Amino acid sequence: MEFKFTRENLQKIEALRKKYPTSKAAVMGTLYIAQEQNGYITNEVMQEIANILEIDVVDVLTVVTFYTMYFTKPVGKYHVQVCTNVSCMLRGGYEILDETIKKLGIQINEVTADNKFSIEEVECMGSCGTAPMIAINEDFHENLTKEKLVEILDSLK
Amino acid sequence: MEKILLPEIPNLHQIDVYMQNSGYEAVKKAFAKTPDEIIDEVKKSGLRGRGGAAFSAGLKWSFMPKTTDKPKYLCINGDESEPGSFKDRQVFEFNPHALIEGILIACYAIQAKVAYIYIRGEYHKWIKLMQKALDDAYEKGFVGEKMKENFGGNFSCEIYIHKGAGAYICGEESALMNSIEGKRGYPRVKPPFPAQFGLWGNPTTINNVETIANVPYIIKNGWEWFSKIGEPKHPGTLLFGISGHVNKPGVYEAPSGTLLTDLIYNYAGGVPGNKKIKCVIPGGSSMPPLRGDSLEGVKMDAESLKAVGSAIGTGGVMVMDEDTDLIRVLARIAKFYHHESCGQCTPCREGTGWLEKVLNRIARGNGTSTDLDLLITIANNIEGNTICALGDAAAWPVKFMIERFRDEFEKAVKDEVVIPVKNKVHALRHTAIPLGELKKQ
Repeated sequence: MEFKFTRENLQKIEALRKKYPTSKAAVMGTLYIAQEQNGYITNEVMQEIANILEIDVVDVLTVVTFYTMYFTKPVGKYHVQVCTNVSCMLRGGYEILDETIKKLGIQINEVTADNKFSIEEVECMGSCGTAPMIAINEDFHENLTKEKLVEILDSLK
Repeated sequence: MEKILLPEIPNLHQIDVYMQNSGYEAVKKAFAKTPDEIIDEVKKSGLRGRGGAAFSAGLKWSFMPKTTDKPKYLCINGDESEPGSFKDRQVFEFNPHALIEGILIACYAIQAKVAYIYIRGEYHKWIKLMQKALDDAYEKGFVGEKMKENFGGNFSCEIYIHKGAGAYICGEESALMNSIEGKRGYPRVKPPFPAQFGLWGNPTTINNVETIANVPYIIKNGWEWFSKIGEPKHPGTLLFGISGHVNKPGVYEAPSGTLLTDLIYNYAGGVPGNKKIKCVIPGGSSMPPLRGDSLEGVKMDAESLKAVGSAIGTGGVMVMDEDTDLIRVLARIAKFYHHESCGQCTPCREGTGWLEKVLNRIARGNGTSTDLDLLITIANNIEGNTICALGDAAAWPVKFMIERFRDEFEKAVKDEVVIPVKNKVHALRHTAIPLGELKKQ
């Protein structure tokens, strides 16, 4: 599947490159822009980024596979990230994870059949003072209870 | 006690409110002095890094070479991924201009023309808040070329935000630089240190968000004022993030040297159900844990915590009550470091996985008494044998948790060594018992 950046995104990439003395440094930001446009990172996306930034495609691949926030497979429209690290665990993080699995009917790293939800178990998100928490796409939902969790998941259409 | 970084001023995050509270005046004061005078002032204030190592900030700046044609860089470490640590996001949210002003002063002191604020990727909201503050500062002409008109003198610098993408290791300073360069976040071998060979091979200084946000207040009020707050050897206020089994978890600003019990019982409102405390990790999950029965009189500053066998780290206090299953907690901590090990050094890459597996075995009830020594052997083989401190950070909790809660761990394992294979000596080679002793048996 061919991938081309939209004109608007090409401008964003151009602005990003100005922040750094090398174009390679813009690769992380460019990957975010690509992920926003395409949903996840494919080989074609990596090739296109390599062409635009004039770097080797392996330099893109190495970054994609190292960082956890770039997806190489499609995720749901609502990507539910549940923290189970110590501070959340002490306040019921695993119960929240179990409830999410029960509610959505899928396991960790799976996507629902309608492509609406996916679950990821994540490491500490820096919400220890408002634990337990989940993040749905970019938004944090903190001080959760099972009831609140169900309410939030139900509200997503 | 007066708060410095998080005072109770409504809307301080807005540039106009910040300016009404004598914001961006320290920068003018700083530019009237020489860079060396600024470094000297920060050195004398005793400001120490808030990112974990508690290294003198002024001393770090003084390592930057004075005579060089190369461009110099400043990196602000807002990766904040240490479990139990959630203080920098308060600065981004409630006092972002103190950070920007601090960056301007720090850039001037080390003569850096460009500063990068590295913020962890998961902090989408706080990246936006920080970007808004930065845009406002640019608009007023406080950052960039227009600085010269506003603050006088001939110095200007640019500030950019770099968004991380979910890697704990990028909080390590050399991994952070590799990440900004658009590479994998692999820590570099030191020396050469960043001040000699940092971003793109140029002199670079890396400071924590909280450290830099303190700088404008030091310049404004003088180093004597700052050095008198809290413990003399680690002065200033600290942002303590208190989490776990407390009634009011959150970030509290308090002078260094505040009693740990004061933080837990007064600031954070005590333990729910008035339960006893079993264990406290005082500075984020990498730091050695303290027993609940030895918290009396423990002060929260770098030197005092060192004296009781722990460390201040990022000031992330994790409280666990008497009903906590420490084996599960330790297994979870081990899982974290296994997940976050970058994989460069074999002892860390393999060892963290072993720690996790053995701890999970104990948590499932299949552990034996030799497993405890095995864990300590693995931890000792990781510690000090890796490029960066992640190895140590993975080893410490295991070593000290087992040492300090040996009774608890012994209860969780079976005495008898269960060996499922015929060749007992061969099987025991994989435990911590020295081979020589086995052969004698």
